[in-house]
Amino acid sequence: MPLLKDGKIVDDVWAFVEDGHELSPGGCITVSLARFLSEHDQLLARNQSIGVRLAVSDDPGLLAPHLDHLHLIELQFPKYTDGRALSQSQLLRRRYGYKGEIRATGEVLRDQLRLIIRSGFDAVVLNEADAEAVFDISAHEFSEFYQAASDTSDTIFMKRQKKREEKAAQ
Amino acid sequence: MYRYDEFDDTLVRERAKQFRSQVERRLKGELKEEHFKPHRLQNGVYLQLHAYMLRVAIPYGQLSAKKMRKLAEVADKFDKGYGHFTTRQNVQYNWIKLADMPDVLDMLADVEMHAIQTSGNCIRNVTSDHLAGAALDELEDPRPWCEIIRQWSTFHPEFSALPRKFKIAVTAGTPDRAAVKVHDIGLLMKKNAAGEVGFEVLVGGGLGRTPYIGTLIRDWVSKQELLSYLEANMRVYNRHGRRDNKYKARIKILVNELGEAEYRRQVEEEFANQNAWEKVILPQEEVDRISAYFAPPKFETLSAKSATLDAAIAGDRIFARWAKNNLRAHKVPGYTAVHIALKPQGVAPGDATSDQMRAAADIAEKYALDDIRVAHEQDLVLPHVKLDDVPAVYAALKAADMHASNAGLGSDLIACPGLDYCNLSNARSISVANEIQALFADPDFEDDVGTLHINISGCINACGHHHVGHIGVLGVDKKGEEFYQILFGGRADEKASIGDIQGPGLRHEEVAPALKRVISKYMELRTSKTEKLADTMSRLGQAPFKEALYASA
Repeated sequence: MPLLKDGKIVDDVWAFVEDGHELSPGGCITVSLARFLSEHDQLLARNQSIGVRLAVSDDPGLLAPHLDHLHLIELQFPKYTDGRALSQSQLLRRRYGYKGEIRATGEVLRDQLRLIIRSGFDAVVLNEADAEAVFDISAHEFSEFYQAASDTSDTIFMKRQKKREEKAAQ
Repeated sequence: MYRYDEFDDTLVRERAKQFRSQVERRLKGELKEEHFKPHRLQNGVYLQLHAYMLRVAIPYGQLSAKKMRKLAEVADKFDKGYGHFTTRQNVQYNWIKLADMPDVLDMLADVEMHAIQTSGNCIRNVTSDHLAGAALDELEDPRPWCEIIRQWSTFHPEFSALPRKFKIAVTAGTPDRAAVKVHDIGLLMKKNAAGEVGFEVLVGGGLGRTPYIGTLIRDWVSKQELLSYLEANMRVYNRHGRRDNKYKARIKILVNELGEAEYRRQVEEEFANQNAWEKVILPQEEVDRISAYFAPPKFETLSAKSATLDAAIAGDRIFARWAKNNLRAHKVPGYTAVHIALKPQGVAPGDATSDQMRAAADIAEKYALDDIRVAHEQDLVLPHVKLDDVPAVYAALKAADMHASNAGLGSDLIACPGLDYCNLSNARSISVANEIQALFADPDFEDDVGTLHINISGCINACGHHHVGHIGVLGVDKKGEEFYQILFGGRADEKASIGDIQGPGLRHEEVAPALKRVISKYMELRTSKTEKLADTMSRLGQAPFKEALYASA
C-alpha cells in the first residue's frame, strides 16, 4: 500500500521489529512503546533513526522525555471508527511539541484524511489506487475550520478576529 | 436568531458538496455500504425499515418562518408531504431517496441549515430550553452558548470517531425544560459565589439500555473556560471510553466504571495540563458578536393583562381550555409563549404536514416575531406572542388543525416512531400512543387529571424516553409478539429520576385499559386536584398503582 508523506508517495524505509526479535545493526526501525521504554539507551546508541509504534491504548505522554530523539511515531486505526489515534496525535503535537513524522496506519478511509491531517499526522498509509490524487481531493474538500489544530491554518474564529481588527484600524 | 457569516456558509456548502460526491461514489458502487455508513450517519442519513431517513439539525430547536417553509418544501418535493419533529429538537424525513439527499442538503444550505452530526459517533446537535429568551424563570439566555458549542463541535478533528454518540444540552431555566440531567453532558447555567454566570457540569446522564442520571462533575466552570473544559472531558472519553461493546460505549459507562472521583480527577488533570495554545478561548468580541444575534427582540410596552384575551376566554369554553393549557409565562409583560401541541388524536406524535409547517411559519411571521421553537416534547412553540394576539393565533392554528389543547397533559405524550418505521424497534409505538390518547378524549377529564407525562419507546434504545415519563411504556418482543412493560416514577426535569419497571409486560390491547385503572386510582388517592400523579406516587409509593395496573389479571 502506498505511503504518502505530505500528500506525495514516498518509499517506506522503515521496518518494525517485533518485541523479542533481534535489532538489525543498520536501517530505520520502529519498536513498540514497551520495548522503547525498556531499551531506549541501546536503541539510541545505534545512531540510526528510531521510531515507536504506539498501540491505541498507549499513553503518548510516556514518550514526552524522548521526543527529540524520535523520527517517527506510528499511530494506528484498527478500525476506521476508532478515533483514539486522533487524540494521541493531538497530544504529541500540541501538548508535547513533537516535530517528527506521525504516520497513520490501519484502516484509514479517504474521507477521514481531513481529520487525520488536522490532528497532526503528516504521513499516511492509504489503500487507494490513485493515492496522491485521492489525498489531494480529500485534503482540500474543506477550506474553513472552527477548531485550532495541529496544522497551521487559521481558524474561523481567528479570521473573524482579523477582520474585526482590520475594520477597527480603518 | 444566529445568522451565518461567509465562513459558516462556506463550511455548510462544502459539506453538501462532499456528501454529493460520497453519494455518487456509493451509487456507482465505488464506496461499500460499510464504508459509506459513517459518512452518511455523520450527515444524518439512516437506513431505516422501508427507506433512507434524513435527520435535519435544528440547532437548539430554533427556526424562522423562512427555515420552516424550506422544511415544508423539502417535505413536498422529496418526501410524502410531512416531517417528524423529534425529542432532540430536530426534524426527520422518512421517505427521501438517497440520490435526492444532496439536493436536499443544498436546499437546506440556502436557508442556513444542515444535517451535520445529527447522527453517528460524534458530538450531536446541541439542545436547549425551547423557551430560551422568553422564559420568566431564566437566569440568562443560553442560546449564545449553544451556538458557540455548535461551532466548536462542528467537524471537530479529534472528536469525530468517538466510542459512541455524544449529546450536550444547555439550560438556564428553572424548571429544567431541556432534560440536561439525562445527557452525556448537561450544562446548567448558574452563578458562582462571586455572582458570575457560568455552568454547572453534569456528565454521564442518558437513557437507552442503561439509564443514568448525570453526575455532578464540576460545580461551576466560567464561560471563558467552558470549551477548554469540554475538550478535557471529550479527550478523556475519546481515549478511555469502552470500544469493545457498543452497549457499554457511552460516557455514562466510563463515569460509572471509573467512579465519579476518578473520572473527575482525570478530567481535571487533563484540563490542568492544557498548554496556553491548547485552550479554546474565544475573544470577547466574538462572544459578543454571537450573543448579539440573541439580543431580545423589540418588545412593546404593554399591560400585563389583555382585555381582548380575557374577553375571548370568557366567551368560548373551548378556547379557554386551550389558553389555560397551552400558554406559558413570558418575561415581558403583555407577552406569552404559545405551545403548539403536535398531538391530535390518531396521528404519530410530532408529525406535521407541509401545510401545517407553512401555517406555523405564517403565524410566526405575523404574530410571533418570526421565531418558532421545537420542544423536546415533539411539539412546536411560538416563544413571543402578544396576549392581545392570542385569539387570532388560536384561530389561525385551528384553521391548520394545530389547536390541540393538551400541552403538558396526558395526551400530549412522547413516542418514538416505533416498529412502523424503525428497524431497531420491537413493537409499535404510534398505535399504543393513539389508544392512550383516546383515554383523554374528554377534555374535562384530561384537565382534571392535569399535568401528566407519558413516554413511549418501541425498544430499549429509549428514543421515546420511557425512563423519564411519569408513566413510561416500553415495547419488548417476546417470542415474536409485542409486549409492553410499564414504568412509574420517572421525571426529566431538575428532579430527574429513572422510572421503575412494574412487572410483566402487557399485551398491546391491555395497555390503555391498564393505564386507565392507574389514573382512576390516582384520582381516588390524591389529596386535592393540585396534587399531580407524580406527586401522589412519590407520597404513597408505587404499590397501589402497581396493584391497579395488574388488577384485571
